[in-house]
Amino acid sequence: MRFLEKKKITLSFLILVFFVFCFLVFNKALFKDKIYSPEFKDGKTTYLVDFSLPELYSANEIKLSEVIENKDFSIINIWASWCVPCREENDLLKSLSSLSSLQIIGINYKDRKKNSIKFLNDYGNPFKYNLVDKDGTESINLGAYGVPETFLVNKNRKILIKIIGPINDKDVKKIREIVND
Amino acid sequence: MIKKKFMVFLFLFINFFGICYSETEPYSKLENDIAKNLRCLICQGQSIYDSNSEFALSMRIYIKDQIDRGHSKDQIYNMLVKKYGQWIVYDPGYSKKTFLLWFIPILFFLLGGAIIYLRIYKSKKL
Repeated sequence: MRFLEKKKITLSFLILVFFVFCFLVFNKALFKDKIYSPEFKDGKTTYLVDFSLPELYSANEIKLSEVIENKDFSIINIWASWCVPCREENDLLKSLSSLSSLQIIGINYKDRKKNSIKFLNDYGNPFKYNLVDKDGTESINLGAYGVPETFLVNKNRKILIKIIGPINDKDVKKIREIVND
Repeated sequence: MIKKKFMVFLFLFINFFGICYSETEPYSKLENDIAKNLRCLICQGQSIYDSNSEFALSMRIYIKDQIDRGHSKDQIYNMLVKKYGQWIVYDPGYSKKTFLLWFIPILFFLLGGAIIYLRIYKSKKL
């Protein structure tokens, strides 16, 4: 009799341990950040891939690496006129465009030329260069999810910050801190 | 005569709509196979193959470009894993992070087998 009771207690203890284990595993997976930023966590550095895209107004091919070399820091911002959060972050980008050691390069994502020019006229143009990614493949090459998305890189195309979604005041502060250093 | 004209008209009419609505498969088999194994990162529970989002459509073009450049299936997967992480492929490769995923089922199988074996062995003995 006592032996059976002991067995019962061990069994319920084992079941409890099993459930706690399951709970911990699923809990960890549930709250884990699903958005992947390329290898920042591992301490490795990631560099922006290089490609050429046509300019919005002149349609001249512009090579990304050649443009990035000119300034100490560059922001690459992927945007589209049909993207509502892009309108909201446009003001923040404009506030950053006044920094002397920083240039902002816009990549116009899957957009009509007419609409994107109208967007820049209506909301203002924070971009020094406007590149056009008509079919979205170069954005995939960059490892982007969609619009809006922002990269801060240095002269050597090393990615310092990657922001998925619209940038906010906190991001702007962080970018200012890095750039002013 | 009218009947004959009508028949000709009907024939052309039906064919016209037949051509209008006949679907042509725009993607090759290899492209579809790759798209089925990739997760649409901005959709919920859909593959690139299932989704019609901007991301998925661009990804389709990207896959086609890479095939045209002569990259193999695995090379394309590896390239995308580098850009987007392991999450983009449905098949989790064997790594330090995923070894539990591969070994726990085997472990459970062996454990279950051991329990059944012991039970039968014990009952026979009794």
